[in-house]
Amino acid sequence: METVLFIALGLMSVSVLVCTWRALIGPSMSDRVVALDTLGINLIGFIALVMMSQGTIAYSDVVLVIAVLAFIGSVAIAKFIEGGVVLDRGDH
Amino acid sequence: MMKSRPIQFHVVTRITGFIILTFSIFLFFAGHNNPGGGFIGGLMTASALVLLYLSFDVQSIKKAIPFDYTQMIAVGLAISIITGIVGMFFGFPYLTQFFDYFQLPILGETELTTALPFDLGIYLVVVGFTMLTILTIAEDEA
Repeated sequence: METVLFIALGLMSVSVLVCTWRALIGPSMSDRVVALDTLGINLIGFIALVMMSQGTIAYSDVVLVIAVLAFIGSVAIAKFIEGGVVLDRGDH
Repeated sequence: MMKSRPIQFHVVTRITGFIILTFSIFLFFAGHNNPGGGFIGGLMTASALVLLYLSFDVQSIKKAIPFDYTQMIAVGLAISIITGIVGMFFGFPYLTQFFDYFQLPILGETELTTALPFDLGIYLVVVGFTMLTILTIAEDEA
């Protein structure tokens, strides 16, 4: 079990590295946004694997908070790219 | 200007917003002995409200949630300070916290602390400050 978890953690860290690379060099803004969103999901999986390897559920709140923040951040940046206005005024 | 209506986003927001609000209330009450408390609960509530503001426009949310965030900061600060002062009337230092165990109807034996009203004040301050900052920046003429 420990070996499987360590191999999985190594693969996840490679994935996080690739996502970081794409977020740094990404030719367009959309590439960076997708890379950062994928990085957030990778972090969730990473924390879940760490929880499994330590045999605890203490970090489950962290998983939920990261999921919420990654979702809202991606939505906000997507709306900014699409229209340039993040919060609609509603008076037009 | 043509209004875009992101239907999928509205549907997702109506479900996800309430999940995030429930999670923030859970975080608020999980404080003191576990990770959680007023600050992170307030931040989660603020992010749920930001999601509502992102999905719908500012005017309709103002009609649905008629809170003045400036007054919310003031009320939160007043609650926190008064909670600290109450202990001084009984000869304890400022912000001394008391706790005891009570039998509540549904929850069974529950620990009630005076840190909870203090945390409620912090919660109101954090929600008010975050929303006031974001809305002030958003209403600026770009």
